[in-house]
Amino acid sequence: MAEREQVRKPAPLERESETTQAPPASERGEEIKAELDDLLDEIDEVLETNAEEFVKSYIQKGGQ
Amino acid sequence: MAISKTIGIETEYGIVHRGTDEPNPITASSVIINAYLASAGYRTDSHSEVIAWDFTDESPGADARGYTPMGALAPAVETHLVNAVLTNGARYYVDHAHPELSTPECTDALSVVRYDRAAELIAQESMTAANRMLPEGQEIILYKDNSDGKGNSYGCHENYLVDRSTPFSRIVRHCTSHFITRQIYTGAGKVGAELPGQRTDEVPFQLTQRADFFEEEVGLETTLKRPIINTRDEPHADARKYRRLHVIVGDANPSQVSTFLKVGTTALVLALIEDDAFPREIEFAAPVASMRHVSHDLTLSEPLPLADGTTITALEVQWELFDLARKWVEEKGTDLVGGPVAEMVLQRWEQVLGTLERDPLELADQLDWVAKYRLLEGYRERHELDWNDARLRAMDIQYGDMRPSKGLAWRIGLEQLVSDDDARLAMTEPPSDTRAFFRGKCIQHFPEQVVAANWDSLVFDVGGESLRRVPMMEPMRGTAAHVGTLFDECDSAVELLRRLGS
Repeated sequence: MAEREQVRKPAPLERESETTQAPPASERGEEIKAELDDLLDEIDEVLETNAEEFVKSYIQKGGQ
Repeated sequence: MAISKTIGIETEYGIVHRGTDEPNPITASSVIINAYLASAGYRTDSHSEVIAWDFTDESPGADARGYTPMGALAPAVETHLVNAVLTNGARYYVDHAHPELSTPECTDALSVVRYDRAAELIAQESMTAANRMLPEGQEIILYKDNSDGKGNSYGCHENYLVDRSTPFSRIVRHCTSHFITRQIYTGAGKVGAELPGQRTDEVPFQLTQRADFFEEEVGLETTLKRPIINTRDEPHADARKYRRLHVIVGDANPSQVSTFLKVGTTALVLALIEDDAFPREIEFAAPVASMRHVSHDLTLSEPLPLADGTTITALEVQWELFDLARKWVEEKGTDLVGGPVAEMVLQRWEQVLGTLERDPLELADQLDWVAKYRLLEGYRERHELDWNDARLRAMDIQYGDMRPSKGLAWRIGLEQLVSDDDARLAMTEPPSDTRAFFRGKCIQHFPEQVVAANWDSLVFDVGGESLRRVPMMEPMRGTAAHVGTLFDECDSAVELLRRLGS
């Protein structure tokens, strides 16, 4: 077993089939959320337009 | 006995050819590579031959276990496709139906990151050059990923120099637990799963691209029935002294921190193995199943069964490996594992494990799977989508789009350990501290006389009756310190060979 003393806390990432994630409780959490919103806005402009077609047509032969 | 670690990685890129009715990935891969070679000045008007790869001595069928089981398939060596050696000592070639870019041999994890970034820049320049030449409406796009979501996979392989006298069984025993659990920081993330019968609602998102494709614990194959530990025994060096461990489990990582930890931690673990510094074996009861469970578990805390009946989590394994590595470095120093860079690896390893334990989302600027998860989950929430919505899988693929304006990985604030200026130099200049220096400089200075090259030799045509082969069986010889002045002093390959005494 690991030699260090560890406080075992469950990581906050939960599977999607379980309850929704707890909302950010802190100011830093709000900051992170705002940054994410900006990022999502920016990303929206460069996303592939026809997602289904794009995903369907992405086929690789496979290698090692 | 621990020996100095030489490390290199090779990445097979996904490739898409748009605007044509009959896309052929092998042709497209050749077009991409040839376009780069032409634009980077590898061809001259008078000389249409590119320095070719020398396939003599390639033996991917040699098995480290000393025998080849019935029915084992080594990959075929394809000798007729585009295959070039670059002036930075790296290799750029068509492997099966993918363009593959390697790094040259490096002595530390930061150098590997620098040359892997150089490879990304080469991929970018390749697309630009190829698309300039293609007919209107056609475009070739490269992707840094490992799976098309339809059951086809391609790899990012790592290579590490290991002391030949280390029993292979010891490598198998201790590397397995590292490869299963390092996924918590090396994974590039993926929407869904590719195991037969697995539904997306069961695995909406997982840590790695590759875990689903591993079916065996140990073996020689690389294209099907992939093993966690690959037994290929092809050292490309003095086989009495060296082994090259060929690692196929990793994801291709746009994140420099992910790449840095991936190779830095593994180099340390191998030093521990060489020195027999493990007080116990962390033996998994079901390695293949555990590999998948770790990848599918975003809580990072699922107990994994060990052979002795106890359980352990991925984080606990990594902490144990970290503690041993830290102790080993305190006793033995860092010379063999990359010098000051090894200290950087240890610090980053500790910081990342601690943060994974506390709140993985804080690593969105360091680890690919976290960056990707945060982006996709944010988008999913905003647009109220299910995980099986095509838009999320599309973003997953687009994460690794190599076009700087389109690829999501290049726009989400991932930390860079190496500046792009530094990486641009590395597109054409070899590392100074391995045999890649000699290889790269020969190709730079005497491109017309070097007719073939591979990892452990160069072949010259200096006008004599026969070609002259210069063996390079020591990965740590042929460095700038050994041969640097030769390139300043010799005007011709003839003189170089004379000075080398061959």
